[in-house]
Amino acid sequence: MAQEGALVKYRTHILVWIALVALLLLTVGIARMGIGRFNIAAPLAIASVKTFLVLAFFMHLKYEGRFLKYLLFIILVILAVESWFIYFDVGYRG
Amino acid sequence: METKLSRDYAGAKIGMWLFLLSEVSFFFGPLALYTIFRYRHPAEFRSASTELNLTLGTLNTVILLTSSLFAALSVSAIKKGREKASALLIALTAVLGAVFLFIKYIEWSAEIGRGFYPGSGALFERGKGEVLYFGLYYFLTGMHGAHVFIGVVLLSITAVLISRRTVNTNDYIKLENSALYWHLVDIIWIYLFPLFYLIS
Repeated sequence: MAQEGALVKYRTHILVWIALVALLLLTVGIARMGIGRFNIAAPLAIASVKTFLVLAFFMHLKYEGRFLKYLLFIILVILAVESWFIYFDVGYRG
Repeated sequence: METKLSRDYAGAKIGMWLFLLSEVSFFFGPLALYTIFRYRHPAEFRSASTELNLTLGTLNTVILLTSSLFAALSVSAIKKGREKASALLIALTAVLGAVFLFIKYIEWSAEIGRGFYPGSGALFERGKGEVLYFGLYYFLTGMHGAHVFIGVVLLSITAVLISRRTVNTNDYIKLENSALYWHLVDIIWIYLFPLFYLIS
């Protein structure tokens, strides 16, 4: 009995890897140029794109059912709310 | 009485994902702390960051991304019935993980050698922000390193299991879950790298 789960092509994985390395070089390049206030936002935005690629393709999330996608989404919402509470609290403590 | 070993592919995978999400929560705490301290000591975080070796950090990121590629290819290979290729690819993933740890060891040795370690007098003279930066740096990269080490052991065991055909083209959830763990370790590094190396 063969197990389930999507079969992702070698080619797809290699293309994702090329994109990941390109994004890494881009983020190092941006940091070296030092474009002011984008210094914090840009690397984190690029890191999130990279994370999306790893989740979707390497971790097969794109090919999974709704359950795992909702699970991840709920955790991210919880962490966002938690962050908000933390920053709210820290802000008031001064 | 004949006992039947029941296998639950979906259940095993959901269990792994729940574990991975608990790992995310674990790293969330110190990362939240990082954002607060960086907000309070922006200049000191910037100057502390220049003490890291960006070349080695970038190289290590490429190594980890490539190891993740090999892990993903290994899963695809076993699904296609190419068990030998799958075992080789997952073994290569483990080797790259070990290379990552070796480079991290070189980096840490250099930093500790220059007096940047928790509790060092040289660090105290440079100010509170830098003490906090290096405290978080060693904690987070240290915890990540521990995960890489566990991953290398796990992937090596998986490679042996494939070569013994315990894990095979009809039963590969152990490989898939080990690969999922490895990708999470990769994702954590994807965030740690810009947060510590790319401030200045």
